[in-house]
Amino acid sequence: MSVKEASKKTATIRFAGDSGDGMQLTGSQFTNTTALAGNDLSTLPDFPAEIRAPAGTVAGVSGFQIHFGSKPIHAPGDMCDVLVVMNAAALKANIKHLKSGGVIIANVDGFGKKDLNLAKYGPEADPLGEVSTQGYTVVPVDVTKMTRESLAESGLTFKEIDRSKNMFVLGIVYWLYSRSLEPTINFLRTKFAKNPQVAEANVKALEDGYTFGAATQIFTERYSVGPAKIEPGRYRNITGNEAAVIGLTAAAKMSGIPMFLGSYPITPASDILHGLARMKHFNIITYQAEDEIAAITSAIGAAFGGSLGVTSSSGPGIALKTEAIALATIYELPLVIINVQRAGPSTGMPTKTEQADLLQAVYGRAGECPVVVVAPKSPADCFDSIYEACKIATEFMIPVMFLSDGYIANGAEPWKYPTPDQLAPINVAYAKPRSNDDEAFKPYTRNENLVRPWAIPGTKGLEHRIGGIEKEHETGNISYDPDNHHFMVQMRENKRNKVAEMLPLIEMEEGETSGDVLVVGWGSTFGSIKEAVSELVEEGHSVSQIHIRHLAPFPKNLGEVLRSFKTVLIPEINSGQLIKLIRDQYFVDAIGYNKVRGVPFAVEELKATIKGYLSTNGVQS
Amino acid sequence: MKSNELEVLTGKDFSSDQDVRWCPGCGDYTILKQVQNVMPELGIPKENIVFVAGIGCSSRFPYYMNTYGMHTIHGRAPAIASGLKISRPDLSVWMITGDGDSLSIGGNHLIHVLRRNVDINILLFNNEIYGLTKGQYSPTSKEGTKTKSTPYGSLDHPFNPLSLALGADSGFVARAMDRDPKHLNTVLHRAASHKGTSFVEIYQNCIVFNDGAFDLYTDKVSRPESALYLEQGQPLIFGADSSKGVRLDGMRPEIVDLNNGYSAEDLWIHDEHDHMKAYILSRFFAVGNEDGFPRPFGVLFEQNRPPYEELVREQMAYALKKNGAPDLEALLSGDETWVVG
Repeated sequence: MSVKEASKKTATIRFAGDSGDGMQLTGSQFTNTTALAGNDLSTLPDFPAEIRAPAGTVAGVSGFQIHFGSKPIHAPGDMCDVLVVMNAAALKANIKHLKSGGVIIANVDGFGKKDLNLAKYGPEADPLGEVSTQGYTVVPVDVTKMTRESLAESGLTFKEIDRSKNMFVLGIVYWLYSRSLEPTINFLRTKFAKNPQVAEANVKALEDGYTFGAATQIFTERYSVGPAKIEPGRYRNITGNEAAVIGLTAAAKMSGIPMFLGSYPITPASDILHGLARMKHFNIITYQAEDEIAAITSAIGAAFGGSLGVTSSSGPGIALKTEAIALATIYELPLVIINVQRAGPSTGMPTKTEQADLLQAVYGRAGECPVVVVAPKSPADCFDSIYEACKIATEFMIPVMFLSDGYIANGAEPWKYPTPDQLAPINVAYAKPRSNDDEAFKPYTRNENLVRPWAIPGTKGLEHRIGGIEKEHETGNISYDPDNHHFMVQMRENKRNKVAEMLPLIEMEEGETSGDVLVVGWGSTFGSIKEAVSELVEEGHSVSQIHIRHLAPFPKNLGEVLRSFKTVLIPEINSGQLIKLIRDQYFVDAIGYNKVRGVPFAVEELKATIKGYLSTNGVQS
Repeated sequence: MKSNELEVLTGKDFSSDQDVRWCPGCGDYTILKQVQNVMPELGIPKENIVFVAGIGCSSRFPYYMNTYGMHTIHGRAPAIASGLKISRPDLSVWMITGDGDSLSIGGNHLIHVLRRNVDINILLFNNEIYGLTKGQYSPTSKEGTKTKSTPYGSLDHPFNPLSLALGADSGFVARAMDRDPKHLNTVLHRAASHKGTSFVEIYQNCIVFNDGAFDLYTDKVSRPESALYLEQGQPLIFGADSSKGVRLDGMRPEIVDLNNGYSAEDLWIHDEHDHMKAYILSRFFAVGNEDGFPRPFGVLFEQNRPPYEELVREQMAYALKKNGAPDLEALLSGDETWVVG
């Protein structure tokens, strides 16, 4: 029997196994190889909620999905074409993600009596047999046995050999999608440079998996996915949290001032602390504080001293920081506050994504407390957005909230990375020393952008006191004067709104500048909306997309753009937060589409929803 | 004047143009005066000094100092001062706080700054009451204290601030009082010269809500019998006619009569570097000295270990040596890249 070679435009693969099976590594290796092959791609890791759930249970299943293609890819794929399962629990947890008629590559050794029991299948169950009757193609492979045979001569123990099972499976999938083994072989030899025996065992398992795919005729079809038409340039693969770390580091370097990160560990933001802790040679201090409040207040102390203050957390931590955010706002010191949102309220679902902290970011403080809010749209965009957040914070002496989420923080995509000379300059100037003959220094005088001077300790003649108590215009002295308070409240608001002067105007992401339906998104829903709208545009519908990165203040032309459409549809992974801001500020009768399930929108559900508002097909719901 | 020469300043130069707004007779005035007196004697340029405070009566302090200053939020001064000092080791950072600010709402930050040993001089004005909020009991109020929020008496067991500081491994622990400005002056000098966190508890009289709380120690008549002034290398002697001493029987302290069979040679010799003995001294803490032991004033403990900010700088220097000069271009590209088109 010969194997049919089929060319595919896109494909989605999901790797799933026990937490100890190395599925994240397998997925990230497939991702790198796919990127190097020139595909566009998007990925979604699916971590178990528990740190170490009992092995073999559904709670302990870890997954990784990659969507790649020869066309532009913006989302990690609703459903997968191929599901790799290392045990019964992985099948149970993930069969819902497999397209009907999809392929299951199953490690049959993970379907023994004990595994079935741990996965809570009945004692007589035959899950693989069952799914094969439901139209799925099951490819059973005894991965454990094959890997042990493959590495019989390696001199490693069975326990050590079994750790290479994931490489054997990866080899099979590489064969199935006609991929080169080269990138992963290089990776293994670098990763295990100090232990060549382990490196070569993994390489052999990978190669034998590939050969196994070719030789055993277990597949009737083999696929190839050609390179995508991607903007020319140099690319690398990047997750959102990595991009944020690099963006912060770049801002520290380009601004020429020290950076101070005060942080307290919290899922899913901790990787920013981990990443920045390795950047000390860029004049960056990272400080793991005793709590969320100390994390932000230490950054404020550093900002008073002339550092760019940064703090990173997730929603519950941001709640603890709110009083300090207000302090930084009335101080008018530069501060970047990172919120990698997760599903709430309270502890909620820490490993799952959500967009429900927008109103917290814009309004969630005591008193009139305007800050700038910037939200990245994709993993790579975390770089640009956080770099911009640093630029705004320092140039406007204002706290800036960077509103990422768990989905883009951990998801990865190819990034056409910039060179340093392509980065916008960050203009920072500390106030100059004064002599005894100069008139007294006034720390709250302002420039044309309403920005006060950054007067740092150690500068002669600028000795001054700042506090959380309302301050008199210009002098900064304590003031309880009613008119002064009203003036200062407006001043802080006006200064925040002045930031809009330097922001780019909203441009159409997809479609025409007027028409039936405008889909408005913010944050991590970008990919799903883009994919849905672009497909509808291709199908000839009157639908457009804009994506709002700047949520406070909004871009200056937003109102005008919104009013050019019959229907404004706002999908959000919350109960309707951006829609409140839009209705409030522009009187636009927008319609919300809200699902709060802890997972990104599926492209198909968005398409179906948008279609409901299109006049072209006559359906109005 | 050459720019590298230090201007000759006086206490007055450290007084800001703001009106001081504490109640008349408040103990804070004498402390402010002594701090202003000490500043010019430290040899530090005025612009390199920062006062950081939390919230409370004492925390208004920075507004009255003609240096850099931060009036912050309740309890958070240790964290703000830590961020400032770690990022700017060149600055002399002073933290002003009260018993509510740093032992109640800010208790967490206080113990952590002490264990990290950031080089900050912490002056805790202890008046055993909440003043700014008009008279509720504080975490140092004695059991049974009747206040607006405890009309039937407080049930809380109070903190012993010095035992707490020693327990958090503070490298410098001292006690002073507002009504002995000369002694306060010497303790402030000691705190300033100590590298690492200095923790100074200052008994401060709140004339409105807790007047006389420390009379036993501050009153010139009762002081000799109730206060024990510590001096390095000197025997522990107190009493109106210096007739009483503290002797150590193993680890058990006892009061002995120097007129009755004991001499100075028999006494406990104060050793600031002995953590165990410092802890025993901190336990001389009975309400009204009911156990007979006098309340110690002065430096209970001093130990030199590297300040946190120095360790941070060392690690940054190591990272620079290990990684070489920062290369933004290499960071942007990472290890694995590919070219399209």
